[in-house]
Amino acid sequence: MTKMNRITQLFVKATEPILNVYATAGYPNFGDTLTVLHALQEGGVDIIEIGMPYSDPVADGETIQQSNQVSLDQGMTVAHLFEQLKAMRQTITVPVLLMGYINPVLQFGVEAFCKKCAEVGIDGVILPDLPMAEYESEYQAIFEQYGLYNIFLITPQTTDARIAQVDANSKGFIYMVSSASTTGAKTGISDIQETYFKRINGMNLKNPRLIGFGISDRASFVKASESAAGAIIGSAFVKLLGQTQNLHADIVGFVQSIKGKK
Amino acid sequence: MKQSFQVDERGYYGEFGGAFIPEMLYPNVEELRSRYLDIIAEPAFKKEYDDLLRDFVGRPTPLFKAERLSAKYNTNIYFKREDLCHTGAHKVNNTVGQILVAKRLGKNKIVAETGAGQHGVATATVCALMGMECIVYMGAIDIERQAPNVARMRMLGAQVVAAQSGSKTLKDATNEAMRHWINNPVDTHYIIGSVVGPHPYPDMVARFQSVISEEIRSQLLEKEGRDYPDYVIACVGGGSNAAGAFYHFLDEPRTQLIAAEAAGKGINSGHSAATTFLGKPGVLHGSKSLLMQTADGQVIEPYSISAGLDYPGIGPMHANLSLTGRARFFGVTDVEALDAAVECSVMEGIIPALETAHALAVFDKLQAKPDEVIVVNLSGRGDKDLSTYQQHLKLND
Ligand SMILES: Cc1ncc(COP(=O)(O)O)c(C=O)c1O
Repeated sequence: MTKMNRITQLFVKATEPILNVYATAGYPNFGDTLTVLHALQEGGVDIIEIGMPYSDPVADGETIQQSNQVSLDQGMTVAHLFEQLKAMRQTITVPVLLMGYINPVLQFGVEAFCKKCAEVGIDGVILPDLPMAEYESEYQAIFEQYGLYNIFLITPQTTDARIAQVDANSKGFIYMVSSASTTGAKTGISDIQETYFKRINGMNLKNPRLIGFGISDRASFVKASESAAGAIIGSAFVKLLGQTQNLHADIVGFVQSIKGKK
Repeated sequence: MKQSFQVDERGYYGEFGGAFIPEMLYPNVEELRSRYLDIIAEPAFKKEYDDLLRDFVGRPTPLFKAERLSAKYNTNIYFKREDLCHTGAHKVNNTVGQILVAKRLGKNKIVAETGAGQHGVATATVCALMGMECIVYMGAIDIERQAPNVARMRMLGAQVVAAQSGSKTLKDATNEAMRHWINNPVDTHYIIGSVVGPHPYPDMVARFQSVISEEIRSQLLEKEGRDYPDYVIACVGGGSNAAGAFYHFLDEPRTQLIAAEAAGKGINSGHSAATTFLGKPGVLHGSKSLLMQTADGQVIEPYSISAGLDYPGIGPMHANLSLTGRARFFGVTDVEALDAAVECSVMEGIIPALETAHALAVFDKLQAKPDEVIVVNLSGRGDKDLSTYQQHLKLND
């Protein structure tokens, strides 16, 4: 018997909105990855999404693109990242996801990648350019063998039929992209988006949803959490990482302010 | 009848192809996939497309016997004159087709990427023709080295946006065009300029360019009494002019398919864009193909003197032609291309595009026999490259 995935446990137990924060690996400095994870956890984050940097991140806007480039220029690779995360589970107890693009995973080797994920304690993966059909035919068996969840995205343009398919294939949660955009392109939540959120809520999906893209502060986090199990913050946090003079304290403060603990 | 080097139902050429796109692009790409074959088979579509190719583009383009080059290389060399297409290159065959598809999909805005600017100009041209809004992303470096085409796009009413990320060339312009499409999914169609991108783009673009080999067949029959050449030569950036020139000969075993890639300063110089020599299977811009990349899977920034060949990937059709050995690939350096451009200019009175010059540089390597027939796809004219020619050939010193 395999033990319950940390993501599933979290959603079963959660009593308040779930905060998932994205941080680019090896950013702002190559050696900062674990420091960032620790500070996020100390601040009270519920899920951490570590970005594996890629040279051509088409789903990402300028902020995350730039952090990816800086990280790559500092020498980050998938192999280095696993090295940095080797002892992660001695201290990090929250669920951790890896987010990135399919090509670096292919070059590392899909099976080797999943094996490493399991070794260091990664709970799930988000690969926006790995489509569902491809996942089902080529990857699903390997992912499941290593207990990894593959998180799928839906957008305002995703049809009901496809959402039902995503729901059937999903484990953990569904990543609900708040608007038609790349990351960091728009902020806030409009009435049109709320109509979309309502439509999804009316579908009685078996998986909980987290809303991402355009969530940047306490207000938008609270607003999004009214329509889902919680929300995901990416660009706004990466911006902070790029500017802060006091990494640990500023991260803790950021998370606390989003969670309303300060 | 299904041709074996064609795309299969899943959108693959052998192991290459597919549609590796973020969910944000799925509805648009899926709509295109499910409808493109029906749309381009409609009689009304066909008529509109054929009429525009004839009256607007100027097709059929001539098949010209290059007599002096034929004598020099002791064989029979023909030029397929895509340089005589309206806007100066083969790119317009595709943009005319795609804008007609876009209209039928109910789109009224167009986004495109461009390298040399030829595809951007061809897109801006059809947008003007159809009264559609046009945004073209172009690498900041390419904007500098292809200034005349930037001016042409703007004169045609298009908005040209500089891609400032990464290598600031074609790869990054393509990223930006995809991001634009993600941010504008409802009213916008993305006109990709080569046989790259997620399925169905490689197949759709190849079909629109296949008019090149269709015409070669009937023109050769008239001139040589047979409807196939012994060799077809084309340069390959993403591979659209090559796909069009190869298309009807893919399953003709008597025709050798020859592809010229940009070897820049030399295949192993670290400054090259010769993907079939330097690439490994990988995913870029929505399809699995050969890709120049690091061991960690990061895309390597390529180099070529020619902006249209300065791309780290290659269309999945060509990756399959390379892997199966159906096509022979040659790496042509900047210097070899410049020499070939001069040779073609002074011996045949045609100044070729720098991209095309790569295809004109492989006659030596073929060792064709006196009774054999070579068709070179003369993909474009050299007007846009004059400043590069001036600089490297010291034409004004
Ligand atoms: C004249 C000409 N030939 C060839 C190319 C390369 O593109 P492809 O390989 O898609 O034909 C370009 C691209 O800009 C071009 O302008």
